[in-house]
Amino acid sequence: MMEQTVQTSDTFMQGVRDCIPTLLGYISIGLAFGVVGMASHLTVFEVFLLSALVYAGSAQFIFCGLYVAGAPMSVIIITVFVVNLRHLLMSLTVAPYLTHYSPLRSVGFGTLLTDETFGVAVTKLAKEKRLGGNWMDGLNVTAYVVWVASCTAGAVVGAYIPSAEQFGLDFALVAMFAALLVLNLQATKKEKLMHYVTLCGIVALLLYGLLYILPSHLAVLASTLIGATIGVMRDT
Amino acid sequence: MTTMTMLLLIVGCMVVTWLPRMLPFLVVRTVTLPPIVLRWLQYIPVCILSALVFETIFQVEERFVTINWLHAVALVPTFVVAIWTKSLSLTVVVGVVTMACLRIII
Repeated sequence: MMEQTVQTSDTFMQGVRDCIPTLLGYISIGLAFGVVGMASHLTVFEVFLLSALVYAGSAQFIFCGLYVAGAPMSVIIITVFVVNLRHLLMSLTVAPYLTHYSPLRSVGFGTLLTDETFGVAVTKLAKEKRLGGNWMDGLNVTAYVVWVASCTAGAVVGAYIPSAEQFGLDFALVAMFAALLVLNLQATKKEKLMHYVTLCGIVALLLYGLLYILPSHLAVLASTLIGATIGVMRDT
Repeated sequence: MTTMTMLLLIVGCMVVTWLPRMLPFLVVRTVTLPPIVLRWLQYIPVCILSALVFETIFQVEERFVTINWLHAVALVPTFVVAIWTKSLSLTVVVGVVTMACLRIII
């Protein structure tokens, strides 16, 4: 038998099928977001709008955190922008494989790119060395619909939980960031792990110092920007 | 009620999350980012997530920034479960339950 890479078909349905393993993640985080959103004094409609328009897990959580802390609009928007800048990297990685489609479809691919669809797409790329537009759409649209539905469902459930703080639900946000931090660290190369862990410590020290002179949301932003710069400088 | 301010805020966040992921698909044929910028971007997730976690264990008091022990203690089992299970949902559940228990005890 000849050795060759297995090529799956470029169909919408194949994209839907390849999205299924990630759905549990979308559903659990989406539900958690809905609950956190309600605990952060958003309405069900606002949770729906956020998930449908902003469509970015960590950015939505950060939005809630800053909003409930009373941060000004400019700070929320700038922080959300910085938090999601990583998508620029992901788009840059995937985009070269989808240049033969119309500009409108390109906009569509980019608009629905997330950490998870990026993950599925680069795994596909590693196996098959190519990406199909219909497959990409199937993957993206499935993820989007499930995300918006899960967030909204979480908000509806959250509305019936009387005092979120009493049940420790306000801590869901912090626990989520802690888990995302651990997952990000575990995704780094082994030899780089200590470099990253040290950087976490540096960010903590920066934050502690900056809290004396800045409001906490600006201290978060400033310590992140300085921390990433130090990360690059310590990089060899 | 959804206020005009809230709508503007959400639309603002929509624009700034949409542009970074959409624009590369349009400009990728002509422009490539300098490697130094790409490397800088790689550090953003870990740095911002660290900052957000540590923010909750620091509290600004009148003259000093001190430790919020309730959050600091609740983070211990949260981190252990995150490292052990690598599961977002399980970590969140353990974090929430831990916080609820701590509030009952205190």
